[in-house]
Order: sequence, then structure tokens, then C-alpha cells
Amino acid sequence: MAQMQLVKCTVNGEYRETMVDVRASLTDMLRNDYSLTSVKKGCEVGECGACTVLVDGEAFNSCIYLAVWADGKNIRTLESLMGADGAISDIQQAFIDETAVQCGFCIPGFIVTTAEILETGKEYTRDELRKLLSGHLCRCTGYENILNAVEKVMKQRLGKA
Amino acid sequence: MYDLKALYEANSVQNAIELLSAHPEAKIIAGGSDVLVQMREGRLAGKELVSIFKLDELRGVSMDGDGTLRILPLTSFSHITRDPLIQAHINVLGEAVDMVGGPQIRNIGTIGGNTCNGVTSADSAATLHAYDAIMEITGPAGVRRVPIREFYISAGKVVLSHEELLTAILISKESYEGYKGHYIKYAMRNAMDIATLTCSVNVKLSADKKTIEDARIAYGVAGPVPMRTPSAEAAAKGKPVSAETIEAFGEAAKLDVNPRTSWRATKDFRLHLVGELAKRALKEAIKLNGGEA
Repeated sequence: MAQMQLVKCTVNGEYRETMVDVRASLTDMLRNDYSLTSVKKGCEVGECGACTVLVDGEAFNSCIYLAVWADGKNIRTLESLMGADGAISDIQQAFIDETAVQCGFCIPGFIVTTAEILETGKEYTRDELRKLLSGHLCRCTGYENILNAVEKVMKQRLGKA
Repeated sequence: MYDLKALYEANSVQNAIELLSAHPEAKIIAGGSDVLVQMREGRLAGKELVSIFKLDELRGVSMDGDGTLRILPLTSFSHITRDPLIQAHINVLGEAVDMVGGPQIRNIGTIGGNTCNGVTSADSAATLHAYDAIMEITGPAGVRRVPIREFYISAGKVVLSHEELLTAILISKESYEGYKGHYIKYAMRNAMDIATLTCSVNVKLSADKKTIEDARIAYGVAGPVPMRTPSAEAAAKGKPVSAETIEAFGEAAKLDVNPRTSWRATKDFRLHLVGELAKRALKEAIKLNGGEA
């Protein structure tokens, strides 16, 4: 019989609770219980970064994070960046402007990590940004335009664009 | 869904020990970046897990009254790198664990897991050996301390019995005071890769910066378990800071290692790296200590 456990957490600013199978990953919970399908199932072994979410402000691969560990945590996914009127964020706009998106599968993860990077309020060099983004694989773009987009939005937010 | 038989969430160290005693087949899960991956691969499929993830009392870095650095095992790699005590006293450890996997892995992976899984390529292993870390282990019989040099038994195996868990990694004041070190990870990629060879060197120089008072060196992947190379240390200790000393240090290191051929690299290439990385890391460590190499 499945071992179930109550998980209470904040998901994208809203207090939520649900019974979760202890075998579920955080990816499973976010996709299946909360329909947050920006959280992609890619490699499912913590290598590709497509499932990246913020837990208490830090980026984690939700595929190798047990759903029950989310109890008491503040979880944010790509959906949390949406404006009140459904508008996209400046990060997403920069990705569009820099043609950083091709098939798009890896992009929610990249954008979540970008949100974590920008929340530090620091200015990073291009090499530092490369390292900060290195937990994501993209098979289409060759990364250059993604890097351009992240650099652009970082400068915009620091008032240096 | 993971193929796990049952999950037991520990609410204290004592409770974790009780859970391990009650479930002789269970594996400990800390951050999960090894255990969950192995479960997905099938190697740990169908196992019971005792989770210590929620034991926040096992997170953080502090200093004991006698100046000993106390690194708690569930501290994530990224928290070690950012920790002010680590940066002030053993910065090379923070730099070393900043080369593990990628940023998300460094947020979940723990230094305790990195050592307790007994893997020779672990990025923290060489530096902890080079600083004579003491592993504090808690079990049903109480607390015992084991020098890291006796902690690893064979590839993937450490001295922990089934009911025991690592509860602290200690670095004594004599071990870090006056020393500065450098770590080199040789791998095929800059991120998301496992080391072909790792080398951590730290030195203490004389007041005039002309003599190497002490030098310590340790490797990962130079043998089935992380190791020190006493011949190299003897070749540098008490010797002048010079190109000859650096050369002799790298050559002597090769006498003590036992690398193997794997799909990542041949034994010959690893031996070459043993000499080369020792020289480069020593040179850098001398510079960090204010010497001219």
C-alpha cells in the first residue's frame, strides 16, 4: 500500500496542502497535484536542469528532491514570475528579444535560475554567468543567446543597460 | 515516482540511529543527489530509506572553543563555499566543493554525503585529507572520532557501521592555522563532470617566505580511495622555495600513488597528472602564502 504523507507548503505565493506519495519527486507533485507544467521532466537524474525550481530562494533540481521534503518550504516555479494581468516578466522578454529560445523545453529551468541569479542584486561577469548557468543543458541554441539574454536583463535591472 | 520501498524521516540524530537499527536493510539519504540517482538507475531500486534531510541541527559551520572548525555534515556545498569561517580559515575547501556538478547540485549535495559514499573522485575528499580532517561519528554506543586517513576502507566503503552516522567533520586549529592551499580538479568539462584526477596542496612558509616549513598533499582518483603522498611531503618539507623543490615534489608524488586505467583515462595519463597537478598546485599554494614560486 502506498505510504502517503501530508505536505504543507507555499507554492507560488499561495499556501497549499495535499497528501503525497512518499515516492514522489517534487517534480511529480508540482506537475500532477498543482498542474505546474513549466516544471519539465528531462533527464530525471539532476543533470539537465529542466525541472529547476526555487526552494526558499535557492535553485534545486526538483527531480531529485523528494516531494515530502517540500513540507514547510516556499516553492516557486516559472509560473510565479507572471504579472497580475498575465504579463510575462522582464527575464522572459529578454529571452524573446535575444532569440534565446528554440524548442523551449529547457527554457523554464533557465529562467528560474536566472531569477535566482538576479535576486542576488549583484553584477556578474560573462564567465561568472556561464558558471551560474552551467547546471542547464540546451540542445538547440548553443547557449550564446541565452547568455546574452541573461546579461541583458541583469544590466537592465542594475540600471546599466 | 521513485522505486523506494519505504521512507523513514528521522526527527533527531538519536531517532536516525534507532530507525537504522530497526531497519537493517535501509540506506541513509541526506541530500539525495547520489541516492536518488542510483535509485533511478536501479542500483538502489526497491530499498528502504532513512532520511536525515530534515535534521537542521546537522547544518552549518561553527568554531569550537579551542579553535577547531566544526563542519556539520548536511551543510550543502554552496553554503560551505559562502561560509565566512570557511573563507577565512580553509578557503580551498570552499573552492573545491564549488567544482562539484553544477549550481543546483551544489545547493542540494552535502559534504557528509560526499565523504560517506566513499568515492575517491569526490571534490571535498582530497582537501579534507590534506587538512587531516577528523570524522566525528555517532552511533548506538556514542560518539567516536576517526582521522579521515582511516575513514576510507575501499572504493565505496567507509568505516561507518550500519547504525552509525557522520555528525561532524572537524579541522583542528593546528591543521589550518598558517596554511593556505590550492585545489585542482582535472576533468573533461568545467561543469557537470566527475574528476579524472584531483589534487589538493597546502603549505606553511617560514616568516621570510623562503622556506617551506610544511607541505601537505592529497589526491582523489590516484587510487581506490583518496590518499596522501608522504614522499612528496618529505621532498618539500624544510626545503627552500624554488623551482627544484617544486619539481622534486611532483616527481616524489608519483612514488606513492596507484591509479588505474578506466574509461575516463589511462593509468599512464593519470600518473602524468599526478606529477603535473602537484607542481601546479604547490606553486599556487606558495603564491597564496605570499611566497614567490
